[in-house]
This record gives sequence, C-alpha cells and structure tokens, in this order.
Amino acid sequence: MALNIIVCLKQILDPEIPVRDFRVDAEKKEAVRGSANLVTNIFCENALETALQLKEKVGGKITVISYGADSAEDSLRKALAMKADAAIHLLNEGNPHPDALTVAQTLAAAIRKQGEYDLVMVGRESGDWGVGQTGGLLAEELAIACVNFVDAITATDSGLTCNRQTDVGADTVVAKTPLVVTVTNNEFNVPRIPKTRDVMMSYRQPLTKWTIADLGLTPDEMNAGNSYYEVVDLYIPVKEINCEFAEGDTLEDRVDKFAQKIIEVTGTM
Amino acid sequence: MKDVIIGLFASAGYDRAAQGVAGAGRKLAAELGGKLHAVLLGVADEATKSAVASVVDVLTIADQAALQEYQTENYLSALAEICKAKQPAAVLLSNDTYSQELAPRLAHRLGGSAGADGLALSVVDGKVRVTRSVYGGKAMASIELKKSPAVVWLRSRAFDTAPARGTQAEISQATVELPAQLSATITERKVEAGDEARLEDAKIIVSGGRGLGGSEPFIELRKIADILGAQMGASRAACDSGWVPPSWQIGQTGKKVAPGLYIAVAIHGASQHLAGMSDSKCVAAINIDKDAPIFKHCRFGIVEDYRKVVPLLIERLKELKK
Repeated sequence: MALNIIVCLKQILDPEIPVRDFRVDAEKKEAVRGSANLVTNIFCENALETALQLKEKVGGKITVISYGADSAEDSLRKALAMKADAAIHLLNEGNPHPDALTVAQTLAAAIRKQGEYDLVMVGRESGDWGVGQTGGLLAEELAIACVNFVDAITATDSGLTCNRQTDVGADTVVAKTPLVVTVTNNEFNVPRIPKTRDVMMSYRQPLTKWTIADLGLTPDEMNAGNSYYEVVDLYIPVKEINCEFAEGDTLEDRVDKFAQKIIEVTGTM
Repeated sequence: MKDVIIGLFASAGYDRAAQGVAGAGRKLAAELGGKLHAVLLGVADEATKSAVASVVDVLTIADQAALQEYQTENYLSALAEICKAKQPAAVLLSNDTYSQELAPRLAHRLGGSAGADGLALSVVDGKVRVTRSVYGGKAMASIELKKSPAVVWLRSRAFDTAPARGTQAEISQATVELPAQLSATITERKVEAGDEARLEDAKIIVSGGRGLGGSEPFIELRKIADILGAQMGASRAACDSGWVPPSWQIGQTGKKVAPGLYIAVAIHGASQHLAGMSDSKCVAAINIDKDAPIFKHCRFGIVEDYRKVVPLLIERLKELKK
C-alpha cells in the first residue's frame, strides 16, 4: 500500500538558546531572535523521519508543507535533502503570530489543494509555544480521524497501525486512512542527517509557493484576526532562588542537613 | 454561559490530577458566577462517584457500554454532546495523553478555543485567560481564549484540590449518540510494569541524569523514592542511553511535571530538562559541579559526588522517617 504522506513542518527559534541569551519583546509578545538560529521543530523532524521510514517500507510520496516566513524555506530545503519528494511553502503574509486555528485552517486548505493524501503527520507540539493543538484542529478541519503521540506506524492493506505513547505505556491504534497523527520522539525516529550532496541538490529542486489567495481563502475565512486566542502577556519570570548549600565539617553533617531539609519540605506538603 | 464543566475519566478514579482539575474548576466557577459540573466518562466505582459528587454541583455520568474504555471518537462525541447541551463557559481537562488528544477537537466542535498546559487560570472581562510556560520554560505567557467555551487542559499538581461542599451533587445519567463506526480504534493497551501511576501526578519525584553513568545507580535512587513515597524520573540523556524506560523522561521532549518536591541527582540542568521540571514547587539537587545550572533552580542542594551522598542519605532518611 503506497502512501501519499503530508508532513507539516514548523520553523522555530532554536530551543537550545541558553537562558542567559534569551530575551522577549513584551510589546510584540515574541522572543527576540538575537543571534539564535532558526531550526525545524524537533517533533516535526521526528514526524518526517517516521514518514521516511514508512515510505521506505511501503513506497509512496512525501510532501512537506510549512506555513511561515520566508526563512521557512530553509526547513523545507532540509526536508528535501532528507529525501522528501516535494515541498510547499505557504507564505505567511501579514500575520506574524497566527493562532492554532489559523494555522490548522491554512494547512487544511493547502492539503486539500495539493490533492489526494492518506496520512498527515505533524509534530506533537512545538518547542516555542508548545500549543500542541495543530494535529487535532487539522483533523477537525479535514473531518478525519486523529491519533496523538504516535512514535511508529506500520501500513497494512486495511489501514495504518500506530504505536501511541501513553502516560503509563503504549496503545496500539488501528486506523483507516486518511488519518492525521501527531508524532513524538523515540529512539527509532531520530532525524537522519542529510548528506552534503543532498543538501546541495535540495536547492535545485522545485519548491511550490502558495499565498493565502492561492488557497482560495479570504482573510475572514482564515481567522486572520486571530479570533481563537490572543497572547496578552509574555514575560521572563523573575526567579530569585538562592540555593542553600548544605554545609558542615564532615560529609555526614552535610548529608544530615540535606536530609533534614527534605523531610522538612515533605512535611509541609 | 457561566458554568464550568470538568471532564473526568472513570478509569482514572478521582486521582490527584482529577482533584486538581476540580480545584481549578471550583475557583473558575466562582469567578464566573456559575455552577461546577463534572462529566464522568466510563464506568466509575462508587467511591469515585461519591468523591466527585462531594466537590461539584452537578454530576453527569456517561457510562454506556461503548464508553467503558477510552476510544477517542466515542469520548469526543460524548463530551461534545453533553457540553453542547449545557453551554458552559469553560471545560477543564487533565493533562493526560487522552485529554490532550480530546481538548482541541472538543473546542473545535463546540466553536470554542482550547488552551494548553495551564498553570493558572483567571477571568478578565468575561474571557478565560490561561497562564502557562512557553519557550521551553524560559518565559511565561498569559493567553486569552477568545471563543467560548474555553477548553483547557491543566498541569497536574499546579492546582490545589477542591474542598468538599458538605452536600452531594445533583446526579444524572446521560445516554449519548456515538459514531456507528470508529475510524481509529485502540486495540491494545500496554502498561509498563511498576509504573501504573502517572509521573505528572507525583507529589515527589526523584530524578537521575547523565552523571549517574549507568542504570545501576537508579536502583539506589529507587530506595530514596521508596522512603519518601516518591516516583522516579530521569533526564533525556539517561533515557536515551537506555538506562531507564522512555516513560520516565522529564523535559521538553518528555513529561512536564510540577511536583511539590523534585530531587535532581547528577542532573546538570540542560534547558531541555529544565523545560519539564522548572515549575516544580521546590527543587533540591545533588551534583558535583557547584556551577551546574540546576542549582539556579534549587531551594537547597549539596555539592558532592552522588556516590558518596546517596548511601548516607538513604540511611539518614530512614532514621528521620521512623
């Protein structure tokens, strides 16, 4: 069963930026980029890796889609270098902070426009805002099923079998296509590193660019006013914690003080 | 449009996560000036029903055969139908796997807005605001949910439990229409041995990191956890190395916890890890490096090789607990 797979990629500020370099613009309610890199959200790369492995087993086509600023092209080129087959850039014009519903509506319109599909894969959440809603909202917009926290998929003639991580273990979920899954990480879907040659080749591959108008959406239809939610405040919390280090003449004394503190805290809980 | 609904799964019982959701619901209902409803999905035992009924105003039980076990589309349909009838201002859920799966889809079906991983809730000009940590715990955001109802999943342990009201809730049974066929069916549920309790609900967590160097030291850390009635956690490095199961992982790509006490052993404090535990109410650490970032989040700590500290700590805690 060859599969037509769509993988949605989000480009974000590198989450590994050290705390000391992290700033926010309280007016714009966004993080200040500074010298930090923009990277593909790790769970989106886990989704792409899971898709690539699935395609290697059953055949098919992988199309990557990203809705974002011009720089999102870098995420798409990297995905092509990792051996995605086609890439679509949904140009984000004039709405720098689309809410989750706007993103889902835009992606849904693009997925419909690109044609037939069996499986849509998104990351479980993003490393910046961590909203974790794109998959669920996308499934509702497309009126198809959704399985969250998937870390492996196998295809059979009757559909897809997903391994879903749960709080206490794992579920096996058998689903019909078309299906949306949100992907989480495991030891088997660590994103592959593309070969240098493939990175160079990816810049020669075609990349489709669609505007909102190309998708047939009007600003009203695409919730351009961000009517779903609005960030009203963004700040770096002031944590004035002075660690009290256990002191004493001997190790035993210090461990005793540490143990007493633990008992003191647990006694107040 | 003033009432608050808490959505609970009978299979979880009235656990700490449910108690926190009820506590948040009670405060939010008071702010909105409405009633607190609970919708209990699945077959609940009498103790669960009675515990929930003692803290809410109205309890609706949906326990028809197809709802005995969680299946996404059935639970989603049931919750959506009941919520549509009650027209609440907010629907609150726990932050377990299934609730996170339901929340955005439920919001969409109700024409509302969903909010993720709430650490605090408030009402401003009649709209629900969710305070949550963003950018991997480096910043906090206050997010106004513009469409009603506000559907929010809440971080376990971030909210106090709900007080008993002294009177029992009005209880009713709901029979809901469910999909004739499911597009996605859970066919098997695997539970990792010994880890039935959710890490997110733990009051105390003892967590180990890369500095432990292998799986064996976790056996010693387990002794500390057992003395304190704590659960075990780990950093990504420890899980990726295969020393402990992936379900123990706390961090940006693992679980997000907010226990009363978090004891970090040989964890340096990479931003990946801090993203999952920095909302803990009290952090204590054992680390050989005084400049380790973890100490910036600690209320108290000890700078020493864990191999020297842990055996003494086990003995001392045992004595103090007597």
